Order: sequence, then structure tokens, then C-alpha cells
Amino acid sequence: MTSLRGLLRKEFFHIRRDKRTAAVLIALPIVQVMLFGYAIRTDVDNVRLAVVDPAPDSATISLRDRFAAAHVFRIVAVVPRIQDVDPLFGSGAAQQAVVFYPGFADDLGKGVPAKLLVITDATEPNTGSLLQSYAQSVINQWGGEAGRAAGAGRVSSAGPSGPARIVTEVRMRFNPTRESKNLFVPGLMAFVLTIISSLMTAISLTREKETGTMEALLVSPLRPWEIIVGKVTPYLVIGFISVIAVLVEALLVFRVPLRGSVLLLLFEGALYILVSLSLGILISARTSSQRVAMMFALLGTMLPNILLSGFIFPLESMPAALQVISYVVPGRWFVTIARGIMLKGIGLTYVWRETLILGAMATVLLVASMRSFNERLE
Amino acid sequence: MSDLAIHVTDLTRTFGSFTAVDHITFDVKPGEVFGFLGANGAGKTTAIRMLIGLLQPSSGSARVAGYDVARDTEQVKRSIGYMSQRFSLYEDLTPRENIRLYGGIYGLTREQIRQRTAEMLERLGFSSIADTAVRSLPLGWRQKLAFSVALVHRPRIVFLDEPTSGVDPITRRQFWELIYDAASRGTTVLVTTHYMDEAEYCDRVSIMVAGRIAAMGTPAALKSEFGVESIDELFVRLARPEAGGAGKAGQVGQAGRAGGG
Repeated sequence: MTSLRGLLRKEFFHIRRDKRTAAVLIALPIVQVMLFGYAIRTDVDNVRLAVVDPAPDSATISLRDRFAAAHVFRIVAVVPRIQDVDPLFGSGAAQQAVVFYPGFADDLGKGVPAKLLVITDATEPNTGSLLQSYAQSVINQWGGEAGRAAGAGRVSSAGPSGPARIVTEVRMRFNPTRESKNLFVPGLMAFVLTIISSLMTAISLTREKETGTMEALLVSPLRPWEIIVGKVTPYLVIGFISVIAVLVEALLVFRVPLRGSVLLLLFEGALYILVSLSLGILISARTSSQRVAMMFALLGTMLPNILLSGFIFPLESMPAALQVISYVVPGRWFVTIARGIMLKGIGLTYVWRETLILGAMATVLLVASMRSFNERLE
Repeated sequence: MSDLAIHVTDLTRTFGSFTAVDHITFDVKPGEVFGFLGANGAGKTTAIRMLIGLLQPSSGSARVAGYDVARDTEQVKRSIGYMSQRFSLYEDLTPRENIRLYGGIYGLTREQIRQRTAEMLERLGFSSIADTAVRSLPLGWRQKLAFSVALVHRPRIVFLDEPTSGVDPITRRQFWELIYDAASRGTTVLVTTHYMDEAEYCDRVSIMVAGRIAAMGTPAALKSEFGVESIDELFVRLARPEAGGAGKAGQVGQAGRAGGG
């Protein structure tokens, strides 16, 4: 038994003295609980609502006010024509739109069913359903009170004395069947690219260091940038092929729509690959151990990309702090772009901002990674 | 000056407040086999790294193959060969593939590579294992292969960093035959080693202690100058007095014993 005890004690020494493992063991559960606890939220708030009101009257204004008063919603635009919400949906400025028809108040007063159209951006189908039911409950509540008020104010008995009759037409945009695969596939592309570009690059470069061959390369006439390009290009190519493979599979097997430009999508994919590659190089510059490189790559690139890119868990549901952090997660921008291109069919005019951000990230990270690789020579 | 293979003047390298290499000065003539001795921590590796262009000197200068290591690092790298302690071979590649890789890196044409591969494999007797992954080869064979690969581009100078570590005396002898072979064809060889008996194989040796060159000359001259029977003895004697004095060199005394006798 004493031999076993010695072994156990040794193991405790290992854990205590290996600060990195200890940090992971202690910090990781805490961080994970916090992240997952906050990131996984199925309720939504701060919904961006657009209102289409061609002929504002007392009833429409009253219902609009009710929407505005509901904390869940935030009215971002009031427009006269239904076509005006298209660009709002396209750019993501609006997640939902309530469309009135002329004569809303009249119809209510006459007891004729008044028509309302609720359009919801269903690229994230879970959120879509929620938004739909929120809007519906606001409408129902208002309808109940307004109906009673209308009935109480009527002299003639021709008016209803019960809740106002409102017929709501529901339209789920971009993802009418609300299929979750449409939600996941763009994020999946980012995920696969991160594995290949960040993780494999980091491992490959540190493996070179571990075996000692990196030193031989550095002594040779090869310049540092040549070494990096030589090591990293195969992963660039493989990453590109993977994007295409995932796309083909998504289109053919899962029938995910690709409504926008394939070329634009591939271009954005290439940008994202560059960003991930640079991160992989940066990680490898900081360590000579494959194991550490792998850990950093997993924690620093894959975990944020899964949690904070909007891949699975909608960003709008997260607390502000996490949403701010997500701005520096490259995957977030790529997922937005990819979803936009695939599901909404939008082009560069809508995603130029996100593209610029990705481009800036790629440039900054490439320069930083080259610089830190060169520093190794000192 | 220009016909010296290596010309080092007051070469110094500091890391913060610690001086790893302290104003060393020495020359190596073309075709010489120069032994660069010293215990762990004495500054040998740092000095070599400066000579092969991996590290910038803090002060002083060094000319390797006629080029200044600080200013013309690229040319230096093209003119030298290097075999590191971990042999620089890719374990999952075959000898043939390793030769082709380094041949390509050093700018050889396909024809040259083909030719030299055949030569090398024959001279080493490696024809039967030319296409086996290096990781399956015994250590001694890997060392010989690494040495040949370091010479694939026929550099004028080759740096060997502890090339015979961990190998039996017979294999070490065979390795030194390769070194002599290269030297006889005009290649300058600068080799670092812990094995003091190998020091006897060199044309000249220098012994580094705590960043400085404590002794330099032919093995015979050094032995008579210091009145010792072997370089091993000389080494221990040089390392010991410093043990009380210059901090880091405290380890030197112990390590000196580790060399073969």
C-alpha cells in the first residue's frame, strides 16, 4: 500500500507543480460554467422591430406604442411601404417587422377581422419561433384591451364586445421551414476551417521545433517568411478544399440553400483562413511544445468560435459583455457573412463592413505572426 | 585575413546581465579540424549560434567563410553546413527524401541532387536502407547520414554540435573517419564535443570556461604547456579553479568529469 501511496503523492506533486495543468483544472470549470451559463440562453430581448404603417390611425399608433413599451422590442424604423423593410432585413437592422394594412382601426370598429402581417427573420429558427410568439402575445394582449375599449365606446351594438379580431399572417423569412441545418452549416464551415488552419498549423510548426529540425531550417539560407509559407501553404490549400467540400455536402446532401454568390463566399472563406492561419502561427511562436500549442489553439480559437460566433447560440441572447467580446472573435464575422450570403442571398454591399473587419484582422495578425516568428532568431 | 575560414575577434554575447560569451578571439584555418570544447553552460553553444547566424552578437565581430556574421548572415548561411545535436533529419522521411529536401533548400539542381545522393548512399553503404524511414534507423547510422546531409551542398565550413552524443566508441571512431575524410577534401570542420578523447583527434582545440577561452592550441602543445597527460586532465584543471569564482562556472567542475577518458 505504501508504494501506491507514493504514487498518489507523486501525482499530486505533478498537478500542483505543473501550473498550466493546474490552471486548466481549476479555471476551466469556472470559466465554462460562466460562459455556458450566459451564452446558452433561449430567451431573447432587444428585438429590432420595424413597423410598416402605410396609413397610420389611432389603432395602429396604439398598437405601435404597445410594441414600443414592451421591453422585449425596440422599434428601429417606421416605414410606409412593405418593400422598405427588405434592406432592413438584408442588413440585419431589423429582425422582425409588423405590417399594418390601411383601414386597421376601421376594420376593428366594424368587427371585421383586421389583417396584420408579422415577418420574422428566421435564419436562427429557435429565435425565430420565439420572436414570433412574443409578437403574437403583444398583439393578443393589445387586441383584448382594445377590443373591450372599442366595445365599451360603441353606441351601436354592431360592434363587438369581446376581444378585437385580428388575423395575423406569419411569414418566416429566409428560412421558411425553420430548419436548424441552415443555421448550423455556415458556422460549421468556420469550425472546420478553424481546426485545419489554426490547430493544425500550430501543431505543425511546434512539432518542427520539438524535433529540432526547425533549427536546421533556420540555419539554412531559407528566410523566416519562406519557412512559414512553406509550412503553412498546404494547410491553406487543404482548408480551401474543405470549405468547398462542406459547401458541396451542404448543398447536395442537406439541401441548404445558397442564395448568394459562391465566389464571394469562397473569397470570405479565404480571408477567414488567413486569419486562422495567422493565429496558428502566433500560437506556435509562443511555445515549443505541441501539447501546449494544441491547448492554446483549442482554448483560444475553437472554444470562442463555437460559443461566441453565433454558430449555435444566438449572439443576441447573450449579455452585453459577451457580445462585446464576440467582436474580436473572427468566427463571429465569418458566420454572419456566410449566413447572409447563403440564406439571405446578400452581396458585398451588405457585408462590406464585416469583410473589412475580417480583412483588417487578417492583415494585423499576419504582420504580428511574422514579427513574432522573426523574434525567435534573437 | 581573407583566407581564414573563421576569424573571430572579441566576440561577446550578453543576455541581460549575464555574459554567456565573453570577448573570445580565435581563428580557424581552411581544412582544419577545430575542436570547440567546454562544459555545459560554458558558452560553446551560444558562440556557435552566433557563428552560424542564429544569434546576433552583442559586440565584437566574426567572419565565417569571409562573410561578416552580423551583416552578411545570408551569405554565411549559404556557405556553411550544420549538424545539430538532434541531427536535423526528418524522421518520417527516408534518407533519400532527406537528401533531396536539403539539397533543394541549399539550391542544388535536380541533377546535382541525384548525383550526390548516389554518391552518398554508396559511400555510407546506405543503399539498402535508402528508402526506409529514418526513424527505423539506428542512432549511429542517423548521425552519419546527418553529417553527409550537412555536406550535401559541399560547404567550405561545417559546424558540428556534439555530433557523437550517446553512441558507442566504435561508431564514434567511424564518424571521425568521415570527419577526416571531409577535412582531407578541404572542408573546415568546427566540432563541439564533451568527449575529451575526441579532442585528441582535432588539429587544434579551444577550451571554453565561463564564456572565455581558457586554452587554445594543438593537443600536443597544450599537453606539454600545462604538463598533463590528456586533454581530459587539462580540462578538469582549467575548470576547477573557476569553480569558486565566476558563478555559473561552478557547474563546470562537475561536468568536466563526465567526458570520456
